[in-house]
Amino acid sequence: MPSGGEAGGVPTALVQGVRGADKASVARALNLVEDRRASSQAAIASLLAQLAPRDGVHRVGLTGPPGVGKSTLTSALALEQRARGHSVAVLAVDPSSVRSGGALLGDRVRMMFDPGDQKLFVRSLATAGDMGGLTQAAGAVVDVFSAAFDRVLVETVGVGQSETAIEHVVDTVCLVIQPGSGDALQFIKAGIMEIPDVIVVNKGDHKLLAERAAGDLRGALASLRRAGMRLGDSDWKVPVLVTSARDRAGIDALADALDGHRAAFDAAGIAARRRQRAAAWTQALFLRRFGEHGLEVLGGFEQLAARISEALRGGAPPIGVVSALGADLVVQLRSRGQAG
Amino acid sequence: MRTYAGHSTAAASNELYRTNLAKGQTGLSVAFDLPTQTGYDPDHPLSAGEVGKVGVPISHIADMNVLFDQLPLDQMNTSMTINATAPWLLALYIAVAEKQGVDPTLLQGTTQNDLIKEFLSRGTYIFPPAASLRMTADVIAYTVKHAPKWNPTNICSYHLQEAGATPVQELAYALATAIAVLDAVRDGGQVPADEMPQVVGRISFFVNAGIRFVEEMCKMRAFAQLWDKITLERYGVKDPKLRRFRYGVQVNSLGLTEQQPENNIIRIVLEMLAVTLSKDARARAVQLPAWNEALGLPRKWDQQWSLRAQQILAYESDLLAFGDIFNGSHVIEEKVSNMAAEAYKEVEDILARGGAVEAVESGYLKQRLVESNATRLAAIERGDQIVVGVNKFRETEPSPLTQDLGTAILTVDPAVERRAIDAIEKFKKQRDEAAVQRALDKLKQAVKRGDNVMPPSIEAAKAQVTTGEWGAALREVLGEYRAPTGVAGARAAGTEDLARSTGKPISELRAEISRLEKKLGRRPKLLVGKPGLDGHSNGAEQIALKARDVGFEVVYEGIRVTPEQIVASALEEGVHLIGISMLSGSHLELIPQVVKRAQAAGIGDVPIIVGGIIPEPDARKLQAAGVARVYTPKDFELNTIMNDLVQLVSERAQSAHA
Repeated sequence: MPSGGEAGGVPTALVQGVRGADKASVARALNLVEDRRASSQAAIASLLAQLAPRDGVHRVGLTGPPGVGKSTLTSALALEQRARGHSVAVLAVDPSSVRSGGALLGDRVRMMFDPGDQKLFVRSLATAGDMGGLTQAAGAVVDVFSAAFDRVLVETVGVGQSETAIEHVVDTVCLVIQPGSGDALQFIKAGIMEIPDVIVVNKGDHKLLAERAAGDLRGALASLRRAGMRLGDSDWKVPVLVTSARDRAGIDALADALDGHRAAFDAAGIAARRRQRAAAWTQALFLRRFGEHGLEVLGGFEQLAARISEALRGGAPPIGVVSALGADLVVQLRSRGQAG
Repeated sequence: MRTYAGHSTAAASNELYRTNLAKGQTGLSVAFDLPTQTGYDPDHPLSAGEVGKVGVPISHIADMNVLFDQLPLDQMNTSMTINATAPWLLALYIAVAEKQGVDPTLLQGTTQNDLIKEFLSRGTYIFPPAASLRMTADVIAYTVKHAPKWNPTNICSYHLQEAGATPVQELAYALATAIAVLDAVRDGGQVPADEMPQVVGRISFFVNAGIRFVEEMCKMRAFAQLWDKITLERYGVKDPKLRRFRYGVQVNSLGLTEQQPENNIIRIVLEMLAVTLSKDARARAVQLPAWNEALGLPRKWDQQWSLRAQQILAYESDLLAFGDIFNGSHVIEEKVSNMAAEAYKEVEDILARGGAVEAVESGYLKQRLVESNATRLAAIERGDQIVVGVNKFRETEPSPLTQDLGTAILTVDPAVERRAIDAIEKFKKQRDEAAVQRALDKLKQAVKRGDNVMPPSIEAAKAQVTTGEWGAALREVLGEYRAPTGVAGARAAGTEDLARSTGKPISELRAEISRLEKKLGRRPKLLVGKPGLDGHSNGAEQIALKARDVGFEVVYEGIRVTPEQIVASALEEGVHLIGISMLSGSHLELIPQVVKRAQAAGIGDVPIIVGGIIPEPDARKLQAAGVARVYTPKDFELNTIMNDLVQLVSERAQSAHA
């Protein structure tokens, strides 16, 4: 079955519903993009190809080690953005059990939300054993959300562990750490400081400790910058903030900082950034599915990157591109088999 | 001797109190309904179905006046089972006393006022842990000065055992709670250092007694020993009288069974004996549950049976005629000292984690309890822990006692709620709105400043502020809290066991779920939530844990959610099943609402399963309303339930394909 076009058989009403941020439609679209059956892939690609990011949408990833209060911070941030008049979608990613495949999801993320609020949507997703704390479907879920809501928040455990990590599916990465944990220094040592665009020291109710940790971080960032190390985007000075999600303190400043990072890009800039990140995400998905061997069959890294860029520019979604590349891979393998 | 009694209206309760006092009852025990316990008025959406259910609704000073009409408060000893809103109910009580012309220094009674166990088990908390502790400390500091005969807090280990605590955990967590409370008072600056021994002397405990007779008896003794040590070493209390472990006991409900429920009266008597025979650790009061608690609300006759058991022990036997007959027993002494040592180590561990409040916030305590309970349930399911009539000796003759229980169970007239809503509307119309606003502003400012919450609350009570308004004002200032569920991090026990009833190993259930995942395109997803205000979350937690363990993706919503929230989550999360747990008796009001809302949201085809204390006729009604399955305490085999869930999702996938 060819991908794209009408073949996916996605009802127009569903596409319209997502664009109009109708909750039932968004939920149905998410059920579809999470579907891993081969028979559903064409429909997914077709749906995503018909959905474009809303004007001005901002996709933010919140990441950091377990236990730093990311869920509470995410909830507080979502409420702050609602108060500023934005519609908000939250994707909460939780790890699955390796042994049973089961997972406990969204533990208390949504609890402070008004269930009647039509402009606030929460979905949780299990990692299903995927690396980097993000599941394969995450990119597609974010794309559906981007077509329907003004702000998309992705909350996930773990940071910078592999190429399928959070930075590929969002515009702004916010690293959340705890005061006194030594996390910040470890991140710097591990070179993870290339990722975050905003750093938050949460649980600022240990106020002195938090301020000290933030100060240390700012110092470390400044000296690294002086040493010529690239930190996030070259001309963006990574802000370090202190919040207490529990007491709702510092949340407005965080929302401002995130908006500030988004505002640093013009329309063309954000589009280019998203394309670049979508390419990396597509590559990761491809490697995950077809491995080094697939890469080699399609002519190596540069060849793959070029094809991905071209396909993405043509409007195909990452999942669709991977499916198309996979189909091509099968053809090539078959012709190799005939040649041999 | 008291009976825990609340009636559906203040007037009915007042009548009951006066009858009981006339019969020679010595104290009053007030149970409040869940809206009152959680700071809502009857007209709040979360109060729907809960008004007057598990106790009396008290919304304002006029209700409180009716509740204590013709009861001179200087002569009463009033025990109030009230926690998050304890400052408010005590404020109303003091305001009524003043109106009666009674000097508050003469007031005697108890406010339960232990929030830690609310976070861990009972669920009627409102504010974050630190703020909650501050409220507790405020009540203590206020009463020590202004109502010195009042017991401002009753630290509850009872509910910890109900949540699955082992005896050592029960000891350790309750003592760590007491330390957190006393530290907060000591460091709060409201009580001078030389008055701390008096504060320590006013702390009392509410303890559980379970079926393991010897262990429970030793637990009582270990409590007394450890309390003596802590009060001496940590708070420097010199007077041994002020170091005495003052406690009351309610015997265990968790172990009461729905199967062959008549056996419960024997369990209750054994549990009571463990308390009675701990004579050196003198309990001040013993309360017994009714034999049929696991089936529904007990009737008067059911309560009488428990009372008679107590009276036979006290008046027919010679048990009370001797001193502590276990004094000098090596076996008991060794067990007590081991238990005390183990518990003390755990107390130190909690202190090293920053104390009880920190250990609540981090989820540590809750997680440990959830694990202990999972271990207990798995042992029962495996047959390692024998429960007569449940996993052994299950054959039974038809019981004449339970034949008409379905019709005999006490229910609350639904008109009570409507009348309460009408009444509060009327009440609000007659009062001075400006005075109400002034009182609320004053209250908020005082709490913001860090002043004691009691004086402005008493003023607010007199200004005719309502319970819901007091709750909302403090929620605004202190914030509202969702406690860690303890489920996410908990290890599940007994997962590799054979499911006896289905004969299916867990691995097969997991394989079935994986097959189902292939069929559905994604892993089966289950939502678990508790609508209403009831916070007893054991059942919901264990289902969530087990479901994850067999391979479901579980969205655990926890307690106190509305039908609207459950349906909104189910829709947004795209779940394949909705699981609801309810123990407050409001299932007939709330669950059909979930069904209707799910249909309206276009997810009416998602099967809904219900677990809780649901009498058989109600179960039939729920199924008629569209509920797929109803589980009650007799369905203790979680693996069987899991098997059902898998089948339900599978059937639905089938019919969607057809």
